[in-house]
Amino acid sequence: MKNIFIFIRIYFNFISFVALQICCVLILNKYSKTHEVYFAGITNEVVGKINKKYDNVYSYLNLQTINRQLAEENARLRDSLKDSKIYVSGKTDSIALLKGDSSSLPQRKYAYLYCRVVGNNVSSQVNLLTLERGRLQGIYNGMGVVGPQGIVGEVVEVSDNYCRVKSLLHRKTSVSAMLKRDKNSGTIEWDGTSPSYVILKNIPKSAKIYKGDSVVTSYYSNYPPNVLIGTIESIRKDNSSNFFTLKIKTSTNFFNLEYVYATKNLRYNEQHSLEDLKLKLND
Amino acid sequence: MTNIVKYIFRFILFILVQEFILDKVPPIHQYVVPYLYFLFILWLPFSINRFGLMIVAFITGLAVDYFSGTPGLHAAPCVLIAYLRPFVLNLLIPQETTEQSYVEPSIQSMGLGAYAFYIILFTFMHHTYLVFIEWLQFGNLRFFFGKVVATTLLSILLIFTTELLFFRKAKYRTNAA
Repeated sequence: MKNIFIFIRIYFNFISFVALQICCVLILNKYSKTHEVYFAGITNEVVGKINKKYDNVYSYLNLQTINRQLAEENARLRDSLKDSKIYVSGKTDSIALLKGDSSSLPQRKYAYLYCRVVGNNVSSQVNLLTLERGRLQGIYNGMGVVGPQGIVGEVVEVSDNYCRVKSLLHRKTSVSAMLKRDKNSGTIEWDGTSPSYVILKNIPKSAKIYKGDSVVTSYYSNYPPNVLIGTIESIRKDNSSNFFTLKIKTSTNFFNLEYVYATKNLRYNEQHSLEDLKLKLND
Repeated sequence: MTNIVKYIFRFILFILVQEFILDKVPPIHQYVVPYLYFLFILWLPFSINRFGLMIVAFITGLAVDYFSGTPGLHAAPCVLIAYLRPFVLNLLIPQETTEQSYVEPSIQSMGLGAYAFYIILFTFMHHTYLVFIEWLQFGNLRFFFGKVVATTLLSILLIFTTELLFFRKAKYRTNAA
């Protein structure tokens, strides 16, 4: 306390000078619009900068929540995509609709469940992911898993709260795919070399193929149709067969998956029981 | 006592001259505004204490401000020159000499060179700070310094005229004062 008084005594002149200057500015500020606007502008600028810094920190701390919210929102948006619905009756005329014939309305076929990736592997021949969502949250075997950029894999094991996903980068992967350009379908496999490339086989040589074409899931796969798998990187012609072998660059970056979406096919059971029945008849 | 009355009259005279003669002059040029009132602060006695000097300067500036309708604008540079005046005077006049015994700064008490330097420095400082606080930016640097320098030159001319017209008798400080 004594030091404060000594300090004030030593710098009394300077302090009173600063105080008088502040008085001048305050008086000026009160009477002159120009100066008022100017100083208000400065304070706004400073306060705005501090607020922005605070906001940056705050939003960084909030990223977790925001990621989850975005994943939820994406799941909702994907739900409302055209490809997750089917038209059953084939007629979509508005007169039937007005009569109350709901069979002409699109019916939902796919539902999306967002999942957090808690385990991921890309370095072995049989890569598996672990998702934090299981049987209790509506996961079952054979669900297709889609990431933000393209397909990821297929559910192979389910526990109560977790599930394991056979990644697209798995030696036994076999996904029915088609060229977006002309709907020629083939099969996606992985040769086990690079996590960024997969192989597309069984595309007939009659198909017109260009580098950079998109490859999407076909209507026969476990995934919703028209989900991006990747783009054609190189074309290899095998003279001994009638099919192309294409090298596909995967659209999904398997190294940094955080949220993915398990796709629920609402007609899965029906379709598969029918298919199983057919097999029995063939025997 | 007579001294205080003298300074009060001088104060009133400076304010009136500034407000009713110099400020009524139609603008000579966009660069040039005549200012004289701050000479009052420069003419205050050596012996005045620094805080008192600043308060007097503040009141002087505020008086001019209220006449010209911009309170605070002239007070700020006045306080600035009042704050810096003792430093410069300490540099310009040697301590413990006979000159210290003069009452207030003038040609006789300080010598022509030191007095001219003193006047020019503070005129320039006053105008620089005044223009700066008026515009709140340096803006176009050439225009800024053009205005400051032109105003300074005119002020110095006015101060020179004042010195010629009103010859102040250099008074010695007496024990009675």
